[in-house]
Amino acid sequence: MSTQSRSVHRWKDDPVLTVEHMSMRFGGLLAINNLSFEVGRGDITALIGPNGAGKTTVFNCVTGFYKPTEGRIVARHGTGAQVAAVEHATTKGKRWHSTDAGAVFLLERMPDYEISQKAKVARTFQNIRLFSGMTLLENLLVAQHNPLMVASGYTIGGILGLKSFKRAEKAATEKAAYWLDHVGLIDRADDAAGDLPYGDQRRLEIARAMCLEPLVLCLDEPAAGLNPRESADLNLLLRYIRETHGTSILLIEHDMGVVMEISDHVIVLDYGVKIADGDAAEVKSDPRVVAAYLGVDDEAEIDVPEVRKDLIEVTGRTKKGAGDE
Amino acid sequence: MAGTGQVPAGTTPVAPKNADVPQTRMARALRESLIAGALAAILGFFFLALRTDIVTGGLNVTTRWGLWLTAIAIVFAGRMALNLFWFDRDWGSGKPARKTIVAALPSGKTVGRVALLFALVLPFLFMALFPNKDRQFIDLSILIMTYIMLGWGLNIVVGLAGLLDLGYVAFYAVGAYSFGLSAHYLGLGFWTALPMAGLLAATWGLILGFPVLRLRGDYLAIVTLAFGEMIRIVLINWNDFTGGPNGISGIPKPTFFGLEIGRGEGSFGDVFGIPYDPIHRFVFLYYIILVLALLTNFVTMRLRRLPIGRAWEALREDEIACRSLGINTRNTKLSAFSIGAMFAGFAGSFFATRQGFISPESFTFLESAIILAIVVLGGLGSQIGIVIASVVMVGGIELLRNLNFLKQVFGPSFEPTEFRMLIFGLAMVVIMVWKPRGLVSTREPSATLKEKKLIKADQVAQGEGH
Ligand SMILES: Nc1ncnc2c1ncn2[C@@H]1O[C@H](COP(=O)(O)OP(=O)(O)O)[C@@H](O)[C@H]1O
Ligand SMILES: [Mg+2]
Repeated sequence: MSTQSRSVHRWKDDPVLTVEHMSMRFGGLLAINNLSFEVGRGDITALIGPNGAGKTTVFNCVTGFYKPTEGRIVARHGTGAQVAAVEHATTKGKRWHSTDAGAVFLLERMPDYEISQKAKVARTFQNIRLFSGMTLLENLLVAQHNPLMVASGYTIGGILGLKSFKRAEKAATEKAAYWLDHVGLIDRADDAAGDLPYGDQRRLEIARAMCLEPLVLCLDEPAAGLNPRESADLNLLLRYIRETHGTSILLIEHDMGVVMEISDHVIVLDYGVKIADGDAAEVKSDPRVVAAYLGVDDEAEIDVPEVRKDLIEVTGRTKKGAGDE
Repeated sequence: MAGTGQVPAGTTPVAPKNADVPQTRMARALRESLIAGALAAILGFFFLALRTDIVTGGLNVTTRWGLWLTAIAIVFAGRMALNLFWFDRDWGSGKPARKTIVAALPSGKTVGRVALLFALVLPFLFMALFPNKDRQFIDLSILIMTYIMLGWGLNIVVGLAGLLDLGYVAFYAVGAYSFGLSAHYLGLGFWTALPMAGLLAATWGLILGFPVLRLRGDYLAIVTLAFGEMIRIVLINWNDFTGGPNGISGIPKPTFFGLEIGRGEGSFGDVFGIPYDPIHRFVFLYYIILVLALLTNFVTMRLRRLPIGRAWEALREDEIACRSLGINTRNTKLSAFSIGAMFAGFAGSFFATRQGFISPESFTFLESAIILAIVVLGGLGSQIGIVIASVVMVGGIELLRNLNFLKQVFGPSFEPTEFRMLIFGLAMVVIMVWKPRGLVSTREPSATLKEKKLIKADQVAQGEGH
């Protein structure tokens, strides 16, 4: 689907997020090894790779849940690479630095809650994390905690029932309703999130992240466990988010059909190392990608039907055909 | 409350849930009742059947076969009833038509209003209906109301934010001592000391919460317990300042806008031309604690609908998700901890003024446990559940003092109040088996788009350490 020419990699010129020489070590395990990549502003970027490749770990580092052992992670508001600002923040030991051109954030120095609040990088989780005892509406209101907190005068004004807080609350409810509408869950707004079927929970989690008005939205396997119809709806939703809200999307995905169809940029990870980086067409034909997808513990992984399907989709060949190579 | 969920399983170690066992219901019930009865007989033999008294020249053994046999019969019958009417019910099919109290009752709002109206007229009701015992009853109502307030305060920490705090009584003590000490050393009155007590307790909540709240679950529970004990031990040992184990006495009574409730010139009765009656003091104290408790309730209900309260509940549901949504979980926890502590501080200074005397003995772990039990039994997060649980628990314990007819059954040496803790524990077990999520286990959403729907307990998380 990508209209990019093979040689022009737009994401290098206007990256909203860069990961630079990042490593993450868990005891003896080097889960991420010197990983660098860019996420282009307004792109849908897919991060793929076999199970255990370290994709979720990358997300956890980017969103501050893990502190990478080494490396720099930069989020940029405004446009362009803003090299000077990044250098300034890095050498001055600052967590962020704003200039006329925008602002840069060194995510590896920021705690998780600041990353979503200030750097505007939001995420969802591989194993859905909703507030299941709260209603859909409440879930989306919690996501607007920080602006609402300010509007409530850090609670004091709220207790006194200030008009300005009432207005802010109304606006927050409207925003929640907007997103509930766009993920098709508006009729269930007052139900407990835990009562939703699996596919709806996935979409609700995306809606909740969108209530943060993020610049970068990181989705950890959003299509996992969805049926083909739901999966197609998800694609529409992601496109809508990108087109209407200009949000850049970084997405971990197993379903190669989805990846190839909607991504502008694909990064392939294997054993914590980047083995390919380019647009969908480039990655598809990269021999290392083919090998990585074939090379994984044949017996264990190939027998998983999804993986076999992925393989066929990536390589356009059956296992047997690929094995002959 | 790790393990409360296991209570039903724990009490039925011999009940096979296996349908393959070819046994009729009755036979199984009978067998298990016999086993339970035999166990009761063995265990009870030394406690109930034999009684030793120290007399000059040795021990004097008396036997109490009646008591022993009664106990065995109760255990046998109870087990039988449980087997026939409880354990054999179909547990497997998820959530059967388990009727909840709330479902049977009118809406929470109506119940709340009726309860409020009742609370408002209660002292006059007592004075009209029980002219001889009114003082005793109003005093008991004051006690219950204090626990309701404490329960509501702790509910912010445990019920809403999901932080298991076993040292809540520490803040109650801080409140009581801050009034006691400021009255003793500075001569402050109740109304001046009240806000100060709340503030001090909140500050202590922050100070203690800061290192403690980075812990999770059971660790948090243990450390809060330790902090609670530490405050008490400091109070005992800091003799010069706190009076040590002797405590502080002569704490002044509250005044009515500067008027003392008492006899003599310029007192309340004198000014308003009402002849003095000692009951006035009790009625006045009752209304003070009622107002304080209602304030706690009002603030909690308001907070629940504000971003801060919603963040507390979100924290109870999933802390990691909270952090991904930009919520500073440390500050959010601290706010819950210190606001909860503040209400304990208010209650503490009320306690000091009511008793006129405080000592570290009033602030043992048992108090924390009672308050926590009230919150858990009432249903985590439920305001009305806490009212019911306080009335039942505190009122129930008081009731035991009046069960003199039991002496006719078990003999004159039977002291019902000694069985307080036993009954306490039993009530706990029964409620946890019958309603593991407490009396009122549905959650009311804090915001609605179209139509308010109560949320079933099985969706609502209980927070850390449960
Ligand atoms: N918190 C952790 N502690 C130790 N090892 C971890 C931790 N998180 C992830 N890992 C390891 O890092 C590797 C990458 O895991 P992950 O990022 O979850 O893979 P993916 O999401 O690509 O399937 C795995 O070997 C995993 O066991
Ligand atoms: Mg993963």
